[in-house]
Amino acid sequence: MTETTPAAGFRILAREDFSDVTYSLVVHHPLMAKAAQPGQFVIVMSHESGERIPLTIADFDRKKGTVTLVVQAVGKSTKEMQQVCQPGTSLYGIVGPMGVPSPLAGKKKVVCVGGGLGVAPIYPQARGFKENGAYVIGVLGFRTKNLVFWADKFRACCDELILCTDDGSVGMKGFVSDGIKVAIEGHKDIDEVVAIGPPIMMKACADTTRPHAIKTIVSLNPIMVDGTGMCGGCRVKIGNEVKFACVDGPDFDGHKVDFNDLMMRLRRYKEEEKAALDRWSENCRIMQQKPTVVPGNGTGESSLGLPDPFEEAMGG
Amino acid sequence: MAKAVKKKKTIRSIPQQRTPVRELDPQVRVKNFEEVNCGYSLNEALNEAERCLLCPEPGCIAGCPVNINIPKFIEAIAAKDLRGAYDVITASNLLASVCGRVCPQETQCEGVCIVGETLEPVAIGRLERFVGDTAIKEKWSNVPYIEPAGYKIGIVGSGPAGMACAADMAKAGCDVTVFEAFHQAGGVLKYGIPDFRLPNSVVDAEIENLRKLGVKFECNTLVGRLFTIEQMRTELGYDAVFVGTGAGYPSMLGIPGDSLNGVLSANELLTRCNLMRAKEFPNFDTPLPLGKRVAVIGAGNTAMDAMRVSLRLGAEKVYCIYRRSRAECPARAEEVHHAEQEGVEFNWLTAPVEVLDDGKGNVRAMRCIRMELGEPDDSGRRRPVPVKGSEFEFECDQIVFAIGTNANPIIGQTSHLRLNKRGYIDTDETLATSMAGVFAGGDIVTGAATVIEAMGAGRKAARSMKTYLRIRDSSGDQAGQPGFGTFLGIDLRERNFARIRAA
Repeated sequence: MTETTPAAGFRILAREDFSDVTYSLVVHHPLMAKAAQPGQFVIVMSHESGERIPLTIADFDRKKGTVTLVVQAVGKSTKEMQQVCQPGTSLYGIVGPMGVPSPLAGKKKVVCVGGGLGVAPIYPQARGFKENGAYVIGVLGFRTKNLVFWADKFRACCDELILCTDDGSVGMKGFVSDGIKVAIEGHKDIDEVVAIGPPIMMKACADTTRPHAIKTIVSLNPIMVDGTGMCGGCRVKIGNEVKFACVDGPDFDGHKVDFNDLMMRLRRYKEEEKAALDRWSENCRIMQQKPTVVPGNGTGESSLGLPDPFEEAMGG
Repeated sequence: MAKAVKKKKTIRSIPQQRTPVRELDPQVRVKNFEEVNCGYSLNEALNEAERCLLCPEPGCIAGCPVNINIPKFIEAIAAKDLRGAYDVITASNLLASVCGRVCPQETQCEGVCIVGETLEPVAIGRLERFVGDTAIKEKWSNVPYIEPAGYKIGIVGSGPAGMACAADMAKAGCDVTVFEAFHQAGGVLKYGIPDFRLPNSVVDAEIENLRKLGVKFECNTLVGRLFTIEQMRTELGYDAVFVGTGAGYPSMLGIPGDSLNGVLSANELLTRCNLMRAKEFPNFDTPLPLGKRVAVIGAGNTAMDAMRVSLRLGAEKVYCIYRRSRAECPARAEEVHHAEQEGVEFNWLTAPVEVLDDGKGNVRAMRCIRMELGEPDDSGRRRPVPVKGSEFEFECDQIVFAIGTNANPIIGQTSHLRLNKRGYIDTDETLATSMAGVFAGGDIVTGAATVIEAMGAGRKAARSMKTYLRIRDSSGDQAGQPGFGTFLGIDLRERNFARIRAA
């Protein structure tokens, strides 16, 4: 077997910028590409003194031996990665695929919902459902037209695609929960809805499907350290039980998830994260580097705080 | 033996006092992560070595989970042959510096020391550490000439069990690869045990010794998910596999409010601080905000580590909350003593019943109840029983729980290895699992235990693995025992284990 951790780390082969805060990284890791299943995630360390960042696997190519990660630059580490991670550079660490793969077989009709950054990790699920013979309805939500990405990839694997934007600049005007309503009206025989996105969005999706008693799976991404079930930082409340998202999930029954608990726990290190980001941004300024790609766009740098999971707009 | 001319030592002729070891002043050390126990100097070690009676039928060897020939290495120290002492220890244990620090010697070798029947027992652990540290300082390593046996061995987990198994299999000529999910090797020695008890540099030095034996370490590798145990045995071509993935999965408090921010497991606190170096935030990116008044639930070694880490991170008050009394406290006596010296306040016979919030998702206080001891339970310890109407509010803003662990589910989820009803891997007494060629040991088999017990399991599994692979067992256990001769340091029964002294 070839070494999985060459001294040089894990090479980034390609990168695509979807917006001023969202970018994808294609990482060379043949073993991971071979093992990855839809619904799983990885933990990335960009450098030796970095933190461990859980990221859902957005795509994998077993032939090329690559996995694709989509990152939103919201904190110090992800903004730093946005600056540093270019094709030809390497990640210090990437481990996975972690978590229990999403079961894809045996479904006749499914709705795959992705909001904002969640659009990326819902893609392998949509493709997987399609490969397993299901009728796949994609519901994608973005804030506005120029933030839309991967619509073509979804069109290739979805039987129907419902595109939603907050401002109606493309597709229907509304949130993904509105898109789900459209799908439910059009189809009375939906087996399952799978939703990935910000917690508030997944909560809205679960609330939308609850009256229709449609099984709804959400992918949770709480704060993690090891990702192997050892620290319990990612514990979530599912019904009356406490589960670890890293080894018991990340997929859970959306109708049982205590989203308020999840969102509260996501704010755990808000102050420290903001301090780290402020300090880093100040360093960048002193070094006369541009902190991010497009300044003054109103989404990233102008408000130095992290997006609050409570306030984050549905669908992006 | 040459030493026969020496006058026989008696309990009256040896130094009566156990040689004390220097420790950093509690007031100073509580502000840093430097090692508390400074270790013996040469003269201190020589003095303590004189206290060993060199019993003809020593109990200490059997008391050691890896059966180090303790009298022999102490005799070598007394003869100022530190290199010889190191050779004796490494015949059974490659991690002298680690074990000298973290073994519960009082219940093992030192617990059965004959001297201890009359005086304080010989400080075997401190002497072992002295030898190990000298070896690191002098860059000694015992790299045997190893004749390749032609077998490929995969070890899952780079903690003490995995390291011990890897060492033995490498010495037996196997091509050994250790897989670790974290980005650094060492397992609990790295993420769990804090620097002031076991510096990471010591762990790295010991890992380097394994590398010199030819052991390869593959970090960032989550076995079970990246590839399965079954795949290791088939397509990846491992002739035998050892699973030493540890217990992990912390037990929850299971009381209202236990998901509040500010309630975290000792594992999380320690991993953030030790491995991710949150203590150096923001130079390292991992955050670890700490409360002013930290309550640690539990009184095992992990709890003691969590308390002492919290003090060093700047907590104003650190409390130990334990439902039993001091007599039942499972931590090593030395750890409790150190924690006390550093200002931890112990609340025995106290149990939490609810965590109270501040209205913003943080901890404001904890509701506790007093306990009293009733009849002995299954563990033989008196069962704590709540005292009716004794509930009270305990002010604190952070709660760390260290109340034990459950089995890590990953290997069970991803392989067909048979598990027991508690989710730990089921093995026979040779540590063979239900799958041919796959062995398991350490916490993933027994539940949470000690570093040296895990190492003992790793070595035991290595012996079984050698039997399975039909490699003649030449590991230290018997080699180190009296009765088997050596020639120029070579075990006379051995044909492929000639020692070459590197450096």
